[in-house]
Amino acid sequence: MSVLVFVETSEGKSESSLEAVCYAKAMGGSVTAVVLGPSDASELQSLGKYGAQKVLHASDSKLSKGIIQAYASVITKAMQDENAEVLVLAGTSLGTPVAAKVAVKSGASFASNVVELPNTTAGFVVKRSIYTGKAFSLVELKNAKKVIAIKKNAAEVKESGGTAEVVNFTVNLSDADFNTTITSSEKATGDIRLPEAEIVVSGGRGLKGAEHWGILEELAKTLHAATGCSKPVSDMGWRPHHEHVGQTGVKVAPQLYIAIGISGAIQHLAGVNSSKCIVVINKDADAPFFKAADYGVVGDAFEVVPKLTAAIKAANG
Amino acid sequence: MKILVCISHVPDTTSKINFIDNGTKFDTTGVQFIIGPYDDYALARAIELKEQIPGTTVTVINVGLADTEPTIRKALAIGADDAIRINMEPTDSFLVASQIAEQAKGYDLILMGRESIDYNSGVVHAMVGEILGLPSISPVMKLDLEGTKAKMSVEIEGGKEQVEANLPLVAGCQEPIAEWKIPNMRGIMSARTKPLKVVEPKAASAATATQKFELPPPKGAVKMIAADNMAELVTKLKNEAKVL
Repeated sequence: MSVLVFVETSEGKSESSLEAVCYAKAMGGSVTAVVLGPSDASELQSLGKYGAQKVLHASDSKLSKGIIQAYASVITKAMQDENAEVLVLAGTSLGTPVAAKVAVKSGASFASNVVELPNTTAGFVVKRSIYTGKAFSLVELKNAKKVIAIKKNAAEVKESGGTAEVVNFTVNLSDADFNTTITSSEKATGDIRLPEAEIVVSGGRGLKGAEHWGILEELAKTLHAATGCSKPVSDMGWRPHHEHVGQTGVKVAPQLYIAIGISGAIQHLAGVNSSKCIVVINKDADAPFFKAADYGVVGDAFEVVPKLTAAIKAANG
Repeated sequence: MKILVCISHVPDTTSKINFIDNGTKFDTTGVQFIIGPYDDYALARAIELKEQIPGTTVTVINVGLADTEPTIRKALAIGADDAIRINMEPTDSFLVASQIAEQAKGYDLILMGRESIDYNSGVVHAMVGEILGLPSISPVMKLDLEGTKAKMSVEIEGGKEQVEANLPLVAGCQEPIAEWKIPNMRGIMSARTKPLKVVEPKAASAATATQKFELPPPKGAVKMIAADNMAELVTKLKNEAKVL
């Protein structure tokens, strides 16, 4: 089986794309990565460590920004040229729509939010997360070609192989491939990206105001964690919208999720139920979030959180 | 200007999810169905544009069986002018997108939510755009029109981008593009007589087949830690949960 993997590099090599390479590797068969836009040669070769045998590099500087239509055209061509049966990519804000367009262009079966390796004992069946993490579905991809957008933690990132052969890849792009223009972008720099974070520290209304976020940020800094918040908090403008974790916000799947002063509305739980371990800190012992937690602490956040930060510092020496 | 808003008919966000018939069918017992929350934002923005731009009409479209009609009527009560229901169960993203695309020709703006909250695929907008050869952008948090150009603010991981594209286009919407609108009594009354056209789906075969639904394994009981013993919590996170 020949598998193509789209690796996003516009923000530096992303962890979720490495996961996609490892997912493809774990499927067995040959793995070719495709990278778009200018990129460093050693970066490209290093994809071999994760299992890519070959890297197609479309170095056109017009591809330095993630233009969905153009990316879909390049990747569709790569899939054809490589005679790839499956395309795997990380289900990011860029990856998912690109995948959808490639699927339409190639007549492929498509699945997003895929949580584990496909079962190929009878046909090609993937497990998807649905109802915002409240359930799963087993979906057969019936067409000869398949496109899979994976959810975080669908595969373990591990180094296995050696160096990948890098091949220059050119595609003639038309004006129609640039039917959208990105005029500017703003990004929180240096922060750990919330959807990819291994540890997330989230705050709710229990923190009583934007000015009290210091204790939460101190804890997040100590843990190298991303910060999140509940919907009311982003609605009130205490925190930016891209930090809103929940059913209609960011869905996270960290190793550790620490919820501070969040009561645990079902809509919030839907955004965190893929977390491996959940710690809830709330002064209300009846907060529904405790039912979804692995560890619970009943107490005042303003006292408990600094103590937790100190305990972590002490344990780390 | 003609705006098409695609709406999904989904369980309310507080619903408990269950399956029946050996995990092959969604259990609708006690479940309230609503307009998809993201689609509701798209609809609200469409109504705002209708109020701002004279001569604008808003059509809502849904792919679903007859049980979705109360949800469609609610969209009409909120302010859409007319509606189309494509008489088919929405089982596959591409199938849904190709049915919508069939009806979506001639619209200047095709809006919908970033994803439906049942199957969460988040790709119907991209697929409709691809089928019709139109730009598609998602998730759009702000959309303003300047003549035939749309200026949009789009969420990306950890930030946002400003994106421009010419109409016609397809946009997948999310908050804070507009405030949800609640239908008033006059809207509810007039919705009863607004046109709702039912069309049969064009012949197409699904590229996927759902075999079974599953619920996640039940969560173990929470372990409570005393508020003055954070060292114990750290020890447990390190040695028991192995997440630190």
